[in-house]
Amino acid sequence: MEIGLRLAVSLAQIAAVMGVVMLTVMVLTLAERKVLGWMQDRMGPMEVGPYGVLQPIADGLKLFFKEDIIPAGANKFLFTLAPILALVPALIGFAVIPFGPSLTIEVFGMQIKPFVISDINIGILYILAFASIGAYGIILGGWSSNSKYSLLGGLRSAAQVISYELNVGLAIVGVILLSGSLSLVKITEAQAGGFWNWFILAMPFPQIFAFVVYVISAVAETNRVPFDLPEAESELVAGFFTEYSGMRFAFFFIAEYANMILVSCVAAALFLGGWNAPYPGTILGYIGLDSLAWMENVVWFAVKVYFFLFLFFWLRATLPRLRYDQLMRFGWKVMLPIALGNIVLTAIAAYFFPR
Amino acid sequence: MDHIFFFYFAAVIAMTSLLVVALRNPVYSALALLIMFFHVAGLYVTLHAEFLAAVQIVVYAGAILVLYLFVVMLLSVTSEERYHNQLPVAGLLGVVLCTEIILLFFQSQATASAPAASVDPVAGPGNTELIGEALYSTYLFPFEVASLILLVAMIGAIILAKKDIHERIQ
Repeated sequence: MEIGLRLAVSLAQIAAVMGVVMLTVMVLTLAERKVLGWMQDRMGPMEVGPYGVLQPIADGLKLFFKEDIIPAGANKFLFTLAPILALVPALIGFAVIPFGPSLTIEVFGMQIKPFVISDINIGILYILAFASIGAYGIILGGWSSNSKYSLLGGLRSAAQVISYELNVGLAIVGVILLSGSLSLVKITEAQAGGFWNWFILAMPFPQIFAFVVYVISAVAETNRVPFDLPEAESELVAGFFTEYSGMRFAFFFIAEYANMILVSCVAAALFLGGWNAPYPGTILGYIGLDSLAWMENVVWFAVKVYFFLFLFFWLRATLPRLRYDQLMRFGWKVMLPIALGNIVLTAIAAYFFPR
Repeated sequence: MDHIFFFYFAAVIAMTSLLVVALRNPVYSALALLIMFFHVAGLYVTLHAEFLAAVQIVVYAGAILVLYLFVVMLLSVTSEERYHNQLPVAGLLGVVLCTEIILLFFQSQATASAPAASVDPVAGPGNTELIGEALYSTYLFPFEVASLILLVAMIGAIILAKKDIHERIQ
């Protein structure tokens, strides 16, 4: 009975988070085109609904009704499996993200944390592990399509994801050293009490360098401009998903946007204090509405995440694509030494000035 | 409950390991290996070694196997016949290993000790802290030796890769 109830609550939480993520993906597809449009002095999509706000629905319907083509000579099993392998790891990472304060509420005598699906003690490693699995979808999709462009896209992605995953992992180590925990809930809680306690600015050693390395590597890991070589349209048609159509294409598309949201959530939780407001406590708490303070926290988390998502669009409108050798040199010879140096300095600082 | 999980993970690990060597298509072999890595990680989780489980996936599934796939895809072999007549060697090795396992099994039966008291996973510092402490105190020397070997391997790889460029300059 209790297990069944617990399962039901967990499923409800998962459904809620997935709903929010999917809704955000929909918003993002429109927001990206609108933001790009405004930055290039255009209007963006205007046809469907007022100001084009119904464009995502039209896009979704179109993709849903497109013919599903499996090219001749493709490996049918892997061609089908690849989009799923790309999408599932992108969604599964949200299980450990704390979206709001770690309250516990009692439902039918059970302790439930409403704002995190599962607070496991290796949260950030869990996200890294599944982020690295996402590369399989891209690589296998590229290989199984039986197309030169797809294969090249897949190979580029393999090399790129491995190189930049290393930097993501190393950039995070500094934060872990300061907070003394791998759990995202504890890391966020360690940054409470104003923006000067956020790990990007926190004493004894501000993680500003790690933050820059993390953000750049995150852009590279999600295959976004200026690191979108796996799908470089001017040279590889569409890279690893050249041969995909209909819902399978949509899966890759959703996976890319879900990954963007995930890395934005992680960046907000690790470096910008997660759901903590940039001032101590909450305004709603000060005016005596303690029971509603969680709303303010959740809004702050959303603001930070959307800041990063806007950054993704901004970069896309601003920067040209890197050449492949530049990408590798930048990853291994610039980012890696910075990340390693940051670990050494943070470790020394944390030893002499324990928090 | 623990036993069910253990037998599930053990069965899948054994099966996928067999598939890795039995399948003709190297990409399928790599995928079987991926499934195996996940189930080994699952085994770690049932032992309350969450840190090891995550590292297992990050390192083996996330980095090493991707490189394997990379190479396999570049070779673009659909089925490689060269390596499929190793039965005599494999049989010999298999017999030796089996004897070893059976011997070990009976030895441990003879000196059967009571099963170690199950450690309460909640009490004490977390799994990650314990591994860190063990590595940097009790096992400091083996740990440093291992890192030295890795460093040597890294330098070796760089020299091997650089040889080409060196000759071209001369």
